[in-house]
Amino acid sequence: MFNAWNDFKAGRWMQDIDVRDFVQKNYRPYDGNSSFLSSPTERTIKLWDKCQELLRQERKKGGVLAVDPHTPIGINSHSPAYIDPDLEIIVGLQTDEPLKRGINIYGGLRTTLKACQAYDCEPDADLLDFFRLHRPTHNDGVFSVYTDEMLLLRKAGIITGLPDSYGRGRIIGDYRRVPLYGINYLIEAKKNDLRWLNSDMNPTSIQLRENISGQINALQTTKEMAVSYGYDLSFPAADAREAVQYLYFAYLAAVKEQNGAAMSIGRISTFLDIYFERDLSNGLLDESEAQELIDQLVMKLRFVRHLRTPEYNDIFAGDPNWVTESLGGCGSDGRHLVTKNSFRFLQTLKNLGPAPEPNMTVLWSRNLPHSFLEFCADLSINTCALQYENDDIMRPYYGDDYGIACCVSAMRMGQESQFFGARCNLAKLLLYALNGGRDEISGEQLGVEMPVYNQEYLDFDEVMRRFTMQMEWLAEKYVNTMNVIHYMHDKYAYESLQFALHDTEIKYYMAFGVAGLSVVADSLSAIKYARVKPIKNENGIISDFLIEGSFPKFGNDDERVDILAVDLLKTFTHQLKKHPTYKNAVHTLSVLTITSNVMYGKHTGTTPDGRKKGEPLAPGANPLHGREENGALAACNSVARLPYSYARDGISFTFSTVPSTLGKSQEERINNLLALLRGYFVQDAHHINVNVLNVETLREAMEHPEKYPDLTIRVSGYAVHFIKLKREQQEEIIMRTFYKRM
Amino acid sequence: MIGRVHSIDTFSTLDGPGIRTVIFMQGCHLRCKYCHNPDTWKIKSPSSKEYSVDELMKIIKRGKTYFEASDGGITFSGGEPLLQYKFIKEIFIRCREEKISTAFDSSLYISSNKIIDLLPYTDLILADIKQMDNKKSLYLTGSSNLLNLRNIELINEYGIPLWIRYVVVPGWTDASGDIKKMAHFAAGLSSVERIDLLPYHSLGMHKWEILGLKYQLQDTIPPAQSLLQKLSKEISAISGKTVFIQ
Repeated sequence: MFNAWNDFKAGRWMQDIDVRDFVQKNYRPYDGNSSFLSSPTERTIKLWDKCQELLRQERKKGGVLAVDPHTPIGINSHSPAYIDPDLEIIVGLQTDEPLKRGINIYGGLRTTLKACQAYDCEPDADLLDFFRLHRPTHNDGVFSVYTDEMLLLRKAGIITGLPDSYGRGRIIGDYRRVPLYGINYLIEAKKNDLRWLNSDMNPTSIQLRENISGQINALQTTKEMAVSYGYDLSFPAADAREAVQYLYFAYLAAVKEQNGAAMSIGRISTFLDIYFERDLSNGLLDESEAQELIDQLVMKLRFVRHLRTPEYNDIFAGDPNWVTESLGGCGSDGRHLVTKNSFRFLQTLKNLGPAPEPNMTVLWSRNLPHSFLEFCADLSINTCALQYENDDIMRPYYGDDYGIACCVSAMRMGQESQFFGARCNLAKLLLYALNGGRDEISGEQLGVEMPVYNQEYLDFDEVMRRFTMQMEWLAEKYVNTMNVIHYMHDKYAYESLQFALHDTEIKYYMAFGVAGLSVVADSLSAIKYARVKPIKNENGIISDFLIEGSFPKFGNDDERVDILAVDLLKTFTHQLKKHPTYKNAVHTLSVLTITSNVMYGKHTGTTPDGRKKGEPLAPGANPLHGREENGALAACNSVARLPYSYARDGISFTFSTVPSTLGKSQEERINNLLALLRGYFVQDAHHINVNVLNVETLREAMEHPEKYPDLTIRVSGYAVHFIKLKREQQEEIIMRTFYKRM
Repeated sequence: MIGRVHSIDTFSTLDGPGIRTVIFMQGCHLRCKYCHNPDTWKIKSPSSKEYSVDELMKIIKRGKTYFEASDGGITFSGGEPLLQYKFIKEIFIRCREEKISTAFDSSLYISSNKIIDLLPYTDLILADIKQMDNKKSLYLTGSSNLLNLRNIELINEYGIPLWIRYVVVPGWTDASGDIKKMAHFAAGLSSVERIDLLPYHSLGMHKWEILGLKYQLQDTIPPAQSLLQKLSKEISAISGKTVFIQ
């Protein structure tokens, strides 16, 4: 028993690492409204001004302020740095200067080099030589094993965005463990685990022992990093400020060690609230100081940076990090998990202005207090910076202490993890089915070889027969490619610190993904309900289609086509499950493209639904632009039909509208938005991004980005700064339906 | 029974309380010069769709979770929905069984017995007033407003909640005398819960061109916010009703 635990209600968490038990025993649900909240303190305002100046300079320099190309970044690689030590109450930055990006070579040397060159710098020759001669990277490992076929799949873009040259991300360390237990306790626990391991030495147990040793080292190094800032993380945090600081150090160590695409922070607000409540009731903290702690933490989370290549930015526009924080949700005992700190986190959108990070994710449940939902809806309408996910359908799978990695991937905190698997392009695969496995753009033979479709009209049953065979083929390649990637990532770029903040025994998910679901569903619908005539080009490849008659389209709440999309998910999930995964991970699937739907579309030929070559696919599970004829609810209902049980890695839907469509007064808008969420979620839908904006605002922002530095909009599962998007991505967003009736 | 439908919008927050599924019916016998849906005029239009009662009910029922969460429901609009009042009656009866709130938005330039037939199944009526002045009405809409006003009084007697909708078209409907007359008329009707002012817009102009029709209001510009505010205050003061600008 530590003194730091005084006044906390005892429980199993005192004997073993069990943060959930601590939260459940000690948290205080808050049912009131937002009137208790504070505006920013003088100190916060001054510090945020300095931050904004730095952000301005970063924008002016084309998005990257500075790079340190010489010091490979690690948990304790750089000396302490500050924005302004007199104003910062929460400290710690990734490198020796704010917004300066470090190089993380373990993922891939070539990628690091390319990223450096994009910003006119070059790592030391010695450093390059060391990696070239003595230390293979994750990327080297993967490419030494890839088969010719895997290389071709990658090149053709049937599978893209694979994490084979940088950190895989999507792993959430349970950063709360550091403030609750202190690092000494965590190290002891890991040492204990090591002692209890079976002493039979086989590849699995040897790997595990090596990993645990690495985890202990990482914990030790995290302590050293904190010491450089004048903090001792050996023992539990004694008060609210220490709790926030320790937790942030743990997260900071993770984003120094790893450059994963998505580095969520987990589910911290209600955990921290317990410390806040204790200090508030002991008179050690007032509301304004409480808010200051959260404001300053959020500032730091907004300053997380990784060095990326231009190609990476093409796929994931807007320099995102997915520092996802999950708010709200409900406990298995029926009490909601909203606390005052849930409000304080959201209040940062007012105190510091809207921003895409941290990625505020509200876990919606029937049991959430209305006052909290009203606060969320009001912010959604004013900032677009929130996403909502259905806790009521996730809780049965992940319990009541899970976090969201990236946008929509749920996992139990500290007990589960995921192997991120990007996504495959189903629209392109459908064209393979018609072209006998040949790529419709390069002409190269990739998929299962068959004759090019030769009838005058496309026959649904025949197309499905071919398509299923191609899916079968792709599923096998996809699983095996992922197995290679994650084996090598574990070998060469293992996330020691993040896994140190997990139990030793972990359940893994292998998260596959599909892009182009609505385009494929519409294509199959066209083939089934209209008459589609394939047209071949001079190379004998089907490159265009003549559609005679009309057909139901996804997004109009029409069961005939929606069921085609449902069947696709079921079929593909089943086919993936046929193939064993690395570490026996559970196969999951997402319908999520973030911004990559533009890129996927660019590399996909004309599809049988009438979408032309090169045009974007729809994002996530959205209907294709302009295909919804029956308004927003019909689109919501179509998406709600997609079964979460077959897409356990998440089904992303982006709902864009303009304020006037939601109602006349703000009160009406809030009520209607909440009704929309409720009506959607009670049908077991999984996720919705809410973008409330007007077209004029976006047009104006395209022409005068300097006027809208903070304009944040949600795209699939995350929020981005609109002005950081490329023009074609901006156009694409404007093209998305605005559900505004003329 | 078959209904001819121009289009369906499953997410409207402006045609009655809460979230509403709005069914725009095909066909209208008025020829309002500012009409933004002239493509709904002809009852037999190739772009319209036919629905059976069952088919339309299937769509309506898919909105139930949203209606329940928002106290919303369905609204028939158009075109002039009451040209197909028998179809609407069938739907409304079915909505009663499903506990779905019902409304229609009509010009009420229509014979009273048709309206009376529908009233027992109707929860709310959005009643257009095009012009209080009969001569101006004739010129603006092609029809006399006598039926329109008499029907509103009739509905008022039946005690069915009414929302008055008035399109503000500069130079055509915003004369002070007409506005005052409308406000006084509304003041005498206890069933009127609110008055919506709908600012004229020209977004429907291109539809006239597509249909080969001559649009006469090409020089009319949408009313300024200040004018709308002024009218709103004036109407509210006279009628004692809440006025909304849409």
